[in-house]
Amino acid sequence: MSRISSDSLKARLLRTPLRRNILGALIGLVIVIAVLESVGPFRQGQFATMAYLGIAVGGLTVLTGLNGQLSLGHGAFMAVGAYTTALIVHDAPKLLPLPVVMLLSMLATVVVGAVVGLAAARLHGPYIAGATLALAVAVPGIASFFGDTFGGEQGLSVAQPTVPAWFADAVYFLTAHDVSSSKYLAYLGWFGLIVTFVLLGNLSASRMGRTWRAVRDDAVAAEIAGINVGRARVTAFVVSAACAGLAGSVMVMVVRLAAPSGFTLTLSLSLLTAVVLGGLGSLVGALIGAALLTFLPQTITGLGLSVGLSDLQSAQLAPFAYGLTLVLVILLAPAGLVGTIRDAWHRRRSPDAPAIHHELHPKQETMQ
Amino acid sequence: MTPPARSNHAGPVFEMSDVAVSFGGIHALSDVSLAVAPNHVLGVIGPNGAGKTTLFNVACGFVQPNTGTLHRSGALLTRLQPHQLAGLGISRTLQGLGLFDRMTVLENVMVGADRHAGAGFFSGLLGLPQSSKEEAALRGRATAVLNELHIEQYAARFPASLPYPIRKRVALARALASEPELLLLDEPASGLSSDEMSELGELIRGLVDRMAVMLVEHHMDLVMSVCDHIVVLDFGRVIASGGPNEIRENPAVLAAYLGNEVDDESARLARTGS
Ligand SMILES: Nc1ncnc2c1ncn2[C@@H]1O[C@H](COP(=O)(O)OP(=O)(O)O)[C@@H](O)[C@H]1O
Ligand SMILES: [Mg+2]
Repeated sequence: MSRISSDSLKARLLRTPLRRNILGALIGLVIVIAVLESVGPFRQGQFATMAYLGIAVGGLTVLTGLNGQLSLGHGAFMAVGAYTTALIVHDAPKLLPLPVVMLLSMLATVVVGAVVGLAAARLHGPYIAGATLALAVAVPGIASFFGDTFGGEQGLSVAQPTVPAWFADAVYFLTAHDVSSSKYLAYLGWFGLIVTFVLLGNLSASRMGRTWRAVRDDAVAAEIAGINVGRARVTAFVVSAACAGLAGSVMVMVVRLAAPSGFTLTLSLSLLTAVVLGGLGSLVGALIGAALLTFLPQTITGLGLSVGLSDLQSAQLAPFAYGLTLVLVILLAPAGLVGTIRDAWHRRRSPDAPAIHHELHPKQETMQ
Repeated sequence: MTPPARSNHAGPVFEMSDVAVSFGGIHALSDVSLAVAPNHVLGVIGPNGAGKTTLFNVACGFVQPNTGTLHRSGALLTRLQPHQLAGLGISRTLQGLGLFDRMTVLENVMVGADRHAGAGFFSGLLGLPQSSKEEAALRGRATAVLNELHIEQYAARFPASLPYPIRKRVALARALASEPELLLLDEPASGLSSDEMSELGELIRGLVDRMAVMLVEHHMDLVMSVCDHIVVLDFGRVIASGGPNEIRENPAVLAAYLGNEVDDESARLARTGS
């Protein structure tokens, strides 16, 4: 009796992608509150970093994993979001509520993403990589060049956000803890991440997600099925750029500065590393990738110091470790961490099924 | 399932008039005219390099003809874009399979049914009820086609894990899922055993009460048994056109096949009329 009713409850809760994703979001929220309330300000800052990296990596996962487009320039979209936020907040910190500022920053990135996406949809493979690489290099340069507006190399500083009273009250009501500014930012980042991931999860389970994957696997066949391939590619680009814009907006509030040095090519490449590590297409993988990006460098730098390297040498160890990990994952586990585990699981369930290899490069289009 | 709305145009479902295509100096098609009648199977045959695939590519908007016109149920098609085809009730299988390798068989076929969906970006983004209802409807449509082709047991599998003949069926299922009025099949029998081929022949004949079919095929016995009308291409030109029996005895056709000796088997069949 009770078994039947619990089954049907479970079935009802998980029936639609939206319900599944909301359930996952609620569980995620509980974990976030538990973690943020039990760690100190330093860790809270790290979790805020993980949140904005996670948002950006999630968006790039959709573009690269679901739609097969490679972007080496997502750091530039983060810069667009970051500078938009900085420009609004720099002069008039209290003019608009932060969520509105974040939305405006996303909007600005959507516009830039649409332009770049339109160009990318007409290019193929290495040319997309080249164009997005150019973007990654050009955008920080633009910020330096128009120093009057964007603060030049020094960048634009942003004041510490004040915690809204209702938010502090709500957290106090739930946890009996006060909210510091760093905790507030971590919450803000993670709320942003959870909402973003629910929406991305909805999309990838929807007609749009299927369309993206079809275009990724075989653009010609997708076109024959009536899919407007160019439009699908641009949409994926815009969605992932919007995520990067939001990430940049959160980032600028966490580091309290938007400067060209924050958006180097290394940022773009490490986002891509996280996507590949995570498994090209899974949002859980994106989160794992973001965690690695956040916590690994420090661990590695610490490791370097402990074996007697200088500060500088130790700091340079982290990018080296990224590169090495990237190469190792591509060689040994081309489906990424999550993808490899998932493939192994599928193989156990149907032994004759070959591994589904995830490739970075979209299949060459042939029409025979 | 409700049948798709039919146009009440009585003439050909699809017509090509005086179509010419050249790639650089190569005349892939010259002055090609043909018409596909409703509920008929039109065969297009010819030696390798005769222009058959190019003909399909023109019909699908992948190749713009240098001259000539296309009509769909009497309406002129100008500057056709490939993705508009499905909306015009035209569907096609590719000579290579073109399956979506990292999607399940069911999802592959759901993509084929996509033209029957209307849910937009935002209803998917927000997970609106309309979006999940429509997904369920598409899944139902796709499952019905899988059942029709007897491959429903592979719905959750990935194409790469399936034998080639099953994959060919998946490709056919995807094309059928759009419920076309005109189906273009590019070498659907390649790689099939003779049993599978005769099964395919029956299947195609079974389709004609719902749609017109255009078939490019090398296997003469299949072409002769399935087609109502046959167009023979050689060096991009129509060298013969008629019913299977006329084609079998047409001296120009025999010459083309014998002269090229690309397909001895076809030539033998054409000659002996078996
Ligand atoms: N995209 C293309 N570019 C250049 N030449 C092509 C192209 N497509 C086909 N051709 C040429 O056009 C001719 C007809 O080819 P095709 O239509 O593939 O023949 P079939 O399908 O009958 O074997 C061949 O000579 C081929 O090399
Ligand atoms: Mg061909």
